[in-house]
Amino acid sequence: MSLLEINNLSLGIHGVPILKGVSFAIAEGEIHGLIGESGSGKSMTAFAAMQLLPNGAACSGEITLNGRNVLTASETELCQIRGNDVGMVFQEPMTALNPVQTIGQQVAETILIHEPGTSARAARTRAEEALRRAELPPERFPLSRYPFELSGGQKQRVVIAMAIALRPKLLIADEPTTALDVTTQAQILTLLKRLAREDGMGMLLITHDLAVVSDMADHITIMRRGEVMEAAPTKQLFAELKHPYTQALFEASTHQPDREAQDETTPLLKVVNVIRDYPLPRKTLFAPQEQFRALKGVSFDLYRGESLGLVGESGCGKSTLTRAILGLDPITSGKIELDGASVQTGEHAVRRKMQVVFQDPYGSFNPRHKVARLVAEPFHLAETSPSGAARDTAVAEALISVGLAPEDAQKYIHEFSGGQRQRIAIARALILKPDLILLDEAVSALDVSIRAQILDLLAELSDQFNLSYLFISHDLSVVRSITDRVLVMQAGEIVEQGNTETVFTAPQHPYTRSLIAAAPRLPKGPAHAA
Amino acid sequence: MLRFTLLRLRSLILALIVASLVIFAMIELVPGDPASFMLGINAREDTINALREELGLNQPMIQRYFSWITGMLTGDFGTSYTYRTPVAEIVVERLWVSLPLALYALTLTILIAFPAGIWAASRRGSLTDLSVMGATQLGIAVPNFWFAMLAVLIFAITWRIFPSGGFPGWDEGFWTAMHALTLPAVALALPQASILTRIMRSSLLDTLSEDYIRTARAKGLTRGQALRRHALRNALIPVLTIIGLQFSFLLAGAIIIENVFFLPGLGRLVFQAISQRDLIMVESVVMLLVFAVIVVNFLVELTYGLVDPQLRRAR
Repeated sequence: MSLLEINNLSLGIHGVPILKGVSFAIAEGEIHGLIGESGSGKSMTAFAAMQLLPNGAACSGEITLNGRNVLTASETELCQIRGNDVGMVFQEPMTALNPVQTIGQQVAETILIHEPGTSARAARTRAEEALRRAELPPERFPLSRYPFELSGGQKQRVVIAMAIALRPKLLIADEPTTALDVTTQAQILTLLKRLAREDGMGMLLITHDLAVVSDMADHITIMRRGEVMEAAPTKQLFAELKHPYTQALFEASTHQPDREAQDETTPLLKVVNVIRDYPLPRKTLFAPQEQFRALKGVSFDLYRGESLGLVGESGCGKSTLTRAILGLDPITSGKIELDGASVQTGEHAVRRKMQVVFQDPYGSFNPRHKVARLVAEPFHLAETSPSGAARDTAVAEALISVGLAPEDAQKYIHEFSGGQRQRIAIARALILKPDLILLDEAVSALDVSIRAQILDLLAELSDQFNLSYLFISHDLSVVRSITDRVLVMQAGEIVEQGNTETVFTAPQHPYTRSLIAAAPRLPKGPAHAA
Repeated sequence: MLRFTLLRLRSLILALIVASLVIFAMIELVPGDPASFMLGINAREDTINALREELGLNQPMIQRYFSWITGMLTGDFGTSYTYRTPVAEIVVERLWVSLPLALYALTLTILIAFPAGIWAASRRGSLTDLSVMGATQLGIAVPNFWFAMLAVLIFAITWRIFPSGGFPGWDEGFWTAMHALTLPAVALALPQASILTRIMRSSLLDTLSEDYIRTARAKGLTRGQALRRHALRNALIPVLTIIGLQFSFLLAGAIIIENVFFLPGLGRLVFQAISQRDLIMVESVVMLLVFAVIVVNFLVELTYGLVDPQLRRAR
């Protein structure tokens, strides 16, 4: 008998159908990957299994967990099941823990809730044991730590410790590594796999990233718009890629945009020995002010028409460098020149030669402005800002060049999807016909199929307008597919740079090697798909 | 926590110094001579000069500032021009009415707002929630003196269970005095409780939608357990801020209620002092109120530290 069996599950929220007849089963000790793009209903399936659904949700069908029907269970019964029979790990470790309780209290709570007779001391000991199993040894991470004293990966380990404290039969992990750096991601995935194998625990691993599950899951179910598209054992699925959607997903994940190689060597952007210090808070009232050096003498050139990648993990100084190049933040020493002029002066003549596209297509637009106004915004940097018909034409041209229609100018931003918004952000960057566009994790928040389209668009625009890109990302596969050269940054320094293919195939620096080794890789796939 | 407290204490002292300078400068910089202002336009030259001498206005400004400050630090607030008695004596007497009244009203506010806010938040969108929200809307919209008059009409005139006004003094016994303060405290508390209920509710609703509440529920906590153990403490910071502001307001801003109930409180004292141009009294009472507000804010910040471990450790 299966551990978790979902039969013909349908779910609607306030009458809007979210899941349509979803069925799959997880056997004891099986790692089951549930894959889908945003809006596919993969998280809702998990929440339905836990019966932690938003208000207004109504389920039909059957969910059997360990022989018990979850849909007919009372709230009291459900509270006994949650945390005891099923543990859950979430996407966002930064906010998944209560900020005002120690990690010890939070892990011990799982035990105390389900076994109320347990003494405080026994609960502590078992919390320590759970944290140790999640590789947070209490010698280094005492129970009295608060979440804010831990890194993202460490917090995720605390959440995992909470979920496995009672050795549940099933662990549901909803995008457990999406918010983490590649090396941390690799560690957390190894940990989850080890725990599942050690305890013979079943696991439902939900992710949008095919590569993450490819070398972990025994079985994969692929969902789209609330329906199961394909379900098969992992090896078989990748070997056959039967369903067209699975194929499309696979191709989008490994997508390589067509680009003309660039061999120009006129530097457009010169970054010379840039140092940036941040003052640290004083330790005592009269102690001297200490400095944190975020950039330790960074130097590189970006050539005209080139696409240059910048990779590194969070906290390595990527964002500081981006802000410095944009002239948004002062630098302590060194110089940054765009086309021979310093960017630190903030002069419009310099600033209009570069534009930026940010990660979040939802947060980076003013929701009260129409697209026309949003796209035309950079015009304040122009010497003579066009008005009337000329302005409309410029906006229309920019929208057309990113594959949107001129009529879209009269719409508001909420009328567009994530991918379309990112196109609008690119249109906004293009309108001044800049030489350089900084793409700060510009495709990280997008689904793979949308990401492939945006990468194609970027490649096309660069060929068309001889644009240069500085492509900042933590996603190595994306950087590999779209850049000519790459810089690898660690702790405020560029530790390796060179031709992208060379760096990826023969990395010299140990840090680059560890990054590349940690990145999840897709299996080859069948001959006809590659 | 000690470091956190010391840092707060440093900003408390700085704030007090700045406040005293501002108050002193305001009185000094008002156009014209304080003595002739206090005596009115028909005063004779020699009377004005005598008052100037009495007030020490002929000394240099810096000396006057320091003697004012050192006086206050030793409990000497000067002598009231209209009452001809030491300011400190009058203020202390009034404080014995205003401070208990403010605390009484604040206690009522919290006793009403916490349960009502939590109740409404935990049943969001229900009839309970709607009724609580409707009642608070009314509580904020209706001025507190109207509540006061209504309360007098019902409880003092019709039912005769509370006095309609006046204050017998604490010598008459604790319960008699508290009895007399009950209607004013209720009238003061109702609008404040309405505000605080809404803050409590919205803060709690924000917290309840946090990811860590979902984590708690996934651990097997019931809705109620998740609310009590995880949401409440996190929701408290904005609520504490408002409580601090409300206390300051209740201490000094009860003028209308004090008038309705004939209570000899600080609000009425300031009001009278201003209309009688008793600048020394005004200066001292204002400084005292500023002091109270700053100290209350200091206490509120200390409680932030108790609630939020990050504040306690990081700075």
